[in-house]
Amino acid sequence: MSVRCTKLEETGWRTRAIVASDAEVSPRFKEVLALAVRRLCPEQPLRFEFTSGNLAWAKETIAKYPPGKQASAVISLLWRAQEQKGWCTEPAIRAVADMLGMAYIRVLEVATFYTMFQLQPVGSTAHIQVCGTTPCMLRGSEAVLEICKERIAENPHELSRDGRFSWEEVECLGCCANAPVVLIAKDTYEDLNPELFDKVLHGFEKGTPPKPGSQIGRQASCPLGGPTTLKDMVRKNAAKV
Amino acid sequence: MSKQIIIDGTLIEVADGTTILQACEQTGIEIPRFCYHERLSIAGNCRMCLVEVVGIGKPIASCAMGVGDLPPNRDGSPREVSTKSPLVKHAREGVMEFLLINHPLDCPICDQGGECDLQDQAMAFGFGGSRFVENKRAVEEKYIGPLIKTFMNRCIHCTRCVRFMTEIAGVEELGAIGRGEDMEITTYLEHGILTEMSANVNDLCPVGALTHRPWSYMARPWEFEKTESFDVMDAVGSAIRVDARGREVMRILPRNNDDVNEEWISDKTRHVSDGLRTQRLDRPYVREDGKLRPASWAEALAAAAAKLKEAKPERIGAIVGDLAGAEEMFALRELMTRIDVKNIDCRQDGAKLAPSLGRASYLFNTTIAGIEQADALLLIGTNPRLEAAVFNARILKRWRTGGLKVGVIGEQAPLTYPYDYLGAGAKTLGEVAEGPHAFAKVLKDAERSMVIIGAGAYARADGAALLGLSARIALGAMEGKDASWNGFNVLHTAASRVAGLDLGFVPVGKGALNAQDQVAAAVKGKLDVLYLLGADEVDLANKGSDSTFVIYQGTHGDAGAHRADVILPAAAYTEKSATYVNTEGRVQFTKRAVFAPGEAKEDWAIVRALSAHLDHTLPFDTLTTLRSAMYAVAPHLARLDAVAPADRKGIESVAKLKGSTIDEPFVSPVRDFYLTNPIARASAVMAEMSALKKSMNAGSRLSAAE
Repeated sequence: MSVRCTKLEETGWRTRAIVASDAEVSPRFKEVLALAVRRLCPEQPLRFEFTSGNLAWAKETIAKYPPGKQASAVISLLWRAQEQKGWCTEPAIRAVADMLGMAYIRVLEVATFYTMFQLQPVGSTAHIQVCGTTPCMLRGSEAVLEICKERIAENPHELSRDGRFSWEEVECLGCCANAPVVLIAKDTYEDLNPELFDKVLHGFEKGTPPKPGSQIGRQASCPLGGPTTLKDMVRKNAAKV
Repeated sequence: MSKQIIIDGTLIEVADGTTILQACEQTGIEIPRFCYHERLSIAGNCRMCLVEVVGIGKPIASCAMGVGDLPPNRDGSPREVSTKSPLVKHAREGVMEFLLINHPLDCPICDQGGECDLQDQAMAFGFGGSRFVENKRAVEEKYIGPLIKTFMNRCIHCTRCVRFMTEIAGVEELGAIGRGEDMEITTYLEHGILTEMSANVNDLCPVGALTHRPWSYMARPWEFEKTESFDVMDAVGSAIRVDARGREVMRILPRNNDDVNEEWISDKTRHVSDGLRTQRLDRPYVREDGKLRPASWAEALAAAAAKLKEAKPERIGAIVGDLAGAEEMFALRELMTRIDVKNIDCRQDGAKLAPSLGRASYLFNTTIAGIEQADALLLIGTNPRLEAAVFNARILKRWRTGGLKVGVIGEQAPLTYPYDYLGAGAKTLGEVAEGPHAFAKVLKDAERSMVIIGAGAYARADGAALLGLSARIALGAMEGKDASWNGFNVLHTAASRVAGLDLGFVPVGKGALNAQDQVAAAVKGKLDVLYLLGADEVDLANKGSDSTFVIYQGTHGDAGAHRADVILPAAAYTEKSATYVNTEGRVQFTKRAVFAPGEAKEDWAIVRALSAHLDHTLPFDTLTTLRSAMYAVAPHLARLDAVAPADRKGIESVAKLKGSTIDEPFVSPVRDFYLTNPIARASAVMAEMSALKKSMNAGSRLSAAE
């Protein structure tokens, strides 16, 4: 597969690679190109302020580090700022820098380095992070991604029409035994297939999110349909109790 | 404690803390590198310096591995390092191939071509071709300041520029966003960087990602005549290399001088070069009916001589400017002595420094490199960032090693390092001198304390009293400590000043007029002839001075030339060999890189020619005879690149200076860093920088220049 970037289209700070001919490139590769450079969103809110609860928490977090090492709290604070706002805004970056006595560029470096910081607005109801790493891919994450494209938006990080949903493909979420898996906010939804993922989405749409974890009813990553090994031991243990 | 190591079969002993790369250099083996730089922190991210350590399977990045960190062999024998093994060759080729994957092959149109580390090292250590058939990464151009042209496709992510800005320039504005292949060097939201040292990143960049915008596409490095010289933009005397093509100075680069500028120069030093081409006085002029008209040398000299002969000696004055060399000052002084003129001065800013107090009274006695031993520093009436940018970087370097306390009396300016702000003016200075102030104790308790007094204090009307107070602080702090340490320092702002004071270019005897008095006399109509040797900061705008006949000898059509009645065109510092003494008393001389434009001549020769017209022919026909006469008067000027410690008695005599002080804040004389002298004021680049700085200070955001 070969792709040639003929020009870079300038849209504020964001650059998107314009691919020579759409026919010769798989849509997936186009996503990779669009994902590559992480930039701040051209449209930013005017200001950012921690809520009083978060501010108290932030002060406590900063106090955990010895004097002069406050900068160590940068990721925690950025993360909290993102939780508060849904995404990591430019004013938030400056606010965190000012709180920690860091140069703005140093905080921007951190925010652009870690892909867990969302640099553009995300869906107000849910931002769906679909694992696309090998085990999930082998177990059908591509079908999940297709649903995202159909039902949410064509491109990752793009808001759905109603602004309630967005999606992106991420690397391993550490639930390989329950592949394929998506992460929404802090919860994983596991053991998905197109139908189950559809249900999950519906649940969020209707405001009744399903229970996190395996969507086929098993506990954690226990074998489906009960134990398959050491059955005798289980029986004995049960008898003892 | 020293460590032993065998490098390519040679056993050497290195000091503790030495890295393998440094050990290799000590044995004379060159290790290729991109990210490693002697004066910056170690990053270890280019991987070009890989070497093999026998017994360790993987190649090791030699820049980041200390010799002491290598576990010794089991039998206690020193470890062996190989820099020539097939593994190393292979590793270097591999790294080079990776670096070139995304590097565009645009060397033919790249300004770095010919002096590019990547080019050189690809030739020396690289693999013949590339196996990469995919597409190269494309990176947007960035705007990081008007002096830096960016070609971010060429960036190899060495981060030298980021480290320089943070560690040397002290402006934490450059950074690397994103990661991996998509890492990009930029500033926060593409704000321009405006530090006085920014253009040094272009020198540091090992590839052509950051190049000099003002010189872009002007010339190739191999076309230049390279002349080693010294800078005169401030009193630091940075070592520079002047690159000229034909009759034009194309660019100025820093040279290494550990004692003075290390390997940095300020943006003014570097980019003033276009000012050497514009606004030049290239032929003599004589004023007739209120208008200047071109004249021949004979005419101009005759006109000047006639006026000098006519006037009474006490109604003649002579002032030397900031860029004059020792030779011309000596020649002019000799001439003025011969025609009995006593009103001479080399301190056009009104400095209250006097050679009669001893040499230590006006030198930067600690020396610039000496700051690295200091542990307390008091800045009085000076903003070193503007007055001596390279020196300020040295203070930052010392501060970064820890344990330096800095106190400032004067302006509360951003100096790139934190300091205790003690106060604005003489009142605070008095408190520190008398002892009740807390910082007096800091200075006394410090093992090696420094007091630096700047022109913001010593050039005021109460300068003598302020010098006295500062000297008392310095003496108090030095009392009972290491006798070889001299903590009293005068930071000059003009390259010519120390040589002028060394040669005694100050009013001779009682009643003679200094620069200020001469101007005042001119305004009152009490001065008939005023000889300005490159003095452009003298204010003769007052109509009262119209009766004074002004002879201006200099290089640029600046303030002095506008007011002049006779203009004698002279050579600039890149066009003559002239001796300059920097603020620490270091004697250095510039070399001629190009010839002066048009009919302009070297300054000493102009004074010598004028002396013949005055029938007081000076007894030197060549620079050599002039220099031997000058060395007879000031023998230390013959000792090039040496700083002779000045007698501390000078400071004791300064300490005796007393007087009332004015209760006004100290203000640094440098208001606009980019426009401090006639050459800089003629430079389009400096004008642009000055305008940008103003607009940035006004709070408006810069838009990308291209």
